[in-house]
Amino acid sequence: MASGTFADAGADLELVGIQKRFPGFTAIEHLDLSIPAGSFFALLGPSGCGKTTTLRLVAGLEEPTAGSILIGGTDVTQQKAFQRPVNTVFQSYALFPHMTVLENVAFGLRRRKIADPVGKAHEALRLVELDHLAARKPQQLSGGQQQRVALARAIVNKPALLLLDEPLGALDLKLRRQMQLELKTIQEEVGLTFLHVTHDQEEAMTMADTIAVMNKGRIEQMGAPEVLYELPKTAFVANFLGQSNLFTGPVIGSTSTSITVDVAGHRVVVPADRAHRHAGEVTIGVRPEKMWLHRKAPAEAADRNIMGPGRVIDVSFSGVSTQYLVAVPYIGTLIVFAQNMAFGPVADVGDEVWLDWHVEHGFGLEDEPIPGAGPRFAADTDTRSIAAQRRESLVTELEEA
Amino acid sequence: MAFAAFATTTAQADPAPRRRSPVALLLLLPGILYLVLFFLTPLVSLLITSFQAPAEFGDIGQYTYAFNWQNYVDVVTDYWPHIVRSFAFALAATVLALLFSYPLAYFIGVTARRWPLLQSLMLVLVIAPFFISFLLRTLAWKQLLSDESFVVTSLKAVSLLAPDAHLTGTPIAVIFGLTYNFIPFMTLPLYTTLERLDLRYLEAASDLYAHPFDVFRKVTIPLSMPGIVAGTLLTFIPAAGDYVNASRDFLGGPDSQMIGNVIEANFLVLLNYPAAAALSIILMSVILVIVGIYVKRAGTEELL
Repeated sequence: MASGTFADAGADLELVGIQKRFPGFTAIEHLDLSIPAGSFFALLGPSGCGKTTTLRLVAGLEEPTAGSILIGGTDVTQQKAFQRPVNTVFQSYALFPHMTVLENVAFGLRRRKIADPVGKAHEALRLVELDHLAARKPQQLSGGQQQRVALARAIVNKPALLLLDEPLGALDLKLRRQMQLELKTIQEEVGLTFLHVTHDQEEAMTMADTIAVMNKGRIEQMGAPEVLYELPKTAFVANFLGQSNLFTGPVIGSTSTSITVDVAGHRVVVPADRAHRHAGEVTIGVRPEKMWLHRKAPAEAADRNIMGPGRVIDVSFSGVSTQYLVAVPYIGTLIVFAQNMAFGPVADVGDEVWLDWHVEHGFGLEDEPIPGAGPRFAADTDTRSIAAQRRESLVTELEEA
Repeated sequence: MAFAAFATTTAQADPAPRRRSPVALLLLLPGILYLVLFFLTPLVSLLITSFQAPAEFGDIGQYTYAFNWQNYVDVVTDYWPHIVRSFAFALAATVLALLFSYPLAYFIGVTARRWPLLQSLMLVLVIAPFFISFLLRTLAWKQLLSDESFVVTSLKAVSLLAPDAHLTGTPIAVIFGLTYNFIPFMTLPLYTTLERLDLRYLEAASDLYAHPFDVFRKVTIPLSMPGIVAGTLLTFIPAAGDYVNASRDFLGGPDSQMIGNVIEANFLVLLNYPAAAALSIILMSVILVIVGIYVKRAGTEELL
């Protein structure tokens, strides 16, 4: 990047066929990713899924084993970290302990010989409302203040791409929500491209325009938060992003608009455009808040799926809603979130209940169901391990034949 | 205070307990007594000796109590070149030792982190010379740098050294000896700081557009300042008072005598005890002043 000048605007980021192997394990198998300029993009996944490695590859702190990285259309794969128009807010903040807050923020400006580094640093500190602490050393600040200094130190450089490595991880819940809002506001104000790495699904959903859910070095699904939540493609996404009730069974009938699945004797209808697979064994699901709890068997209706009777095995009250765990014979335990419209729970532990939900709220997954696992999808929601099990059983089948 | 620089922990010390305990005082007593007996007493005795005057009609080496401050003026006028030379040699040796030790300590403390076995092996090698008396090692260097040695003949063969030149007895040999003998004292404190250097700071600096050289200059060096201060003090202070390397029996010659050699000669050969004591006091005071200014300027308090 040319010294003395800022990037004009946020740039788009493109990862093409990225692979990263460390001695002994593969962190990223094959990654293609395209992030449009000016967007707030979240990489969501459990720890060890390769999301931080992806971030470090983009920052230039690691070199990919294969593939290339393009920022604003320029191939930066061969560039060192200090040559890339990218800044990072580190998980540990990594504020220089031997410099004042002001000098920390001015560091990047001074390295690029940008005019008036002190004035611009003050301006960035005002943006995060910490200008009055400019003369302090980082150790003298609280965790939340350090986090804001780290943010100011990165955005003051107006990078084409800002990388956030779980920067809110160390903050308490209240401060975290507050910082999420501030981050989102700042992103809209300065118009930079943000790439945010996190394992907190709620954080990703509130902040990002687009979320990519990562698991075991691969992207499972990518899209807007609402799409990901309403139409998960894999069991992993269905359970990592919120909670889901998943069932498996064979498709016993299909029309142009819907498919009917037999789940342990219950007929469950799913809209065809919300199901990824239309034949054979399929996995379907519904979100717990879409389910209704009934004390009596509801009347059969064309637009509702009914399940039951079952028995309530646990009730937990959480203010806005009550969570019920219902054991349904031959199917397993289902979760229901019920809005607290009445005083107290509508059903108690041990009560016999029926469940139903609107046909349009169901979704069908792309995953292959585990053979022989019964009508209820296994609790192990790890997509790849499911695939591995499938392969294993195929091998044993072939050996027996 | 200067000695805080030797501390190795960066963690904040616990606040001192508020309650005064007679037990703590009792436990401190042996240490205080020891220091009074073996540090304070000789120091006072040295101070008194430095003001003594030669005894009237006395023999050589006989002195009486007096307040003869002229002793100080005499030794400074007689030996000022030795005093200046001592500090110049000590400074040269300290700078050289720092230049050699820093890359070594960086390699052991940072680069070799992934291989703990190599790390310990290299540390043992740094300490290994201590297993042999430094007198023997310095004597060995006298042999290695003698006129018939391989080093001198090869240097003469490539005309880096004049045909009639020597190495032993020259300032070069003395500075070389000082540097060699004090390198472990420089390397170890540097290693302890660099071993705990958080590499995430270096990553953050390079993420903020710092060229590798700027990362070193602006982040690595400032963060390793406690080790640099400790190492330079551990080298400079003893090197300034050293009398072995510059001795004529070892690597020195008549033109490379240091203040330590002068003190030794005055004390053991000339039996001029007041002069030796005055020189010792001067050496000590100058070192204290230099170290005080240095530690203040280095400003490492906040890193400790």
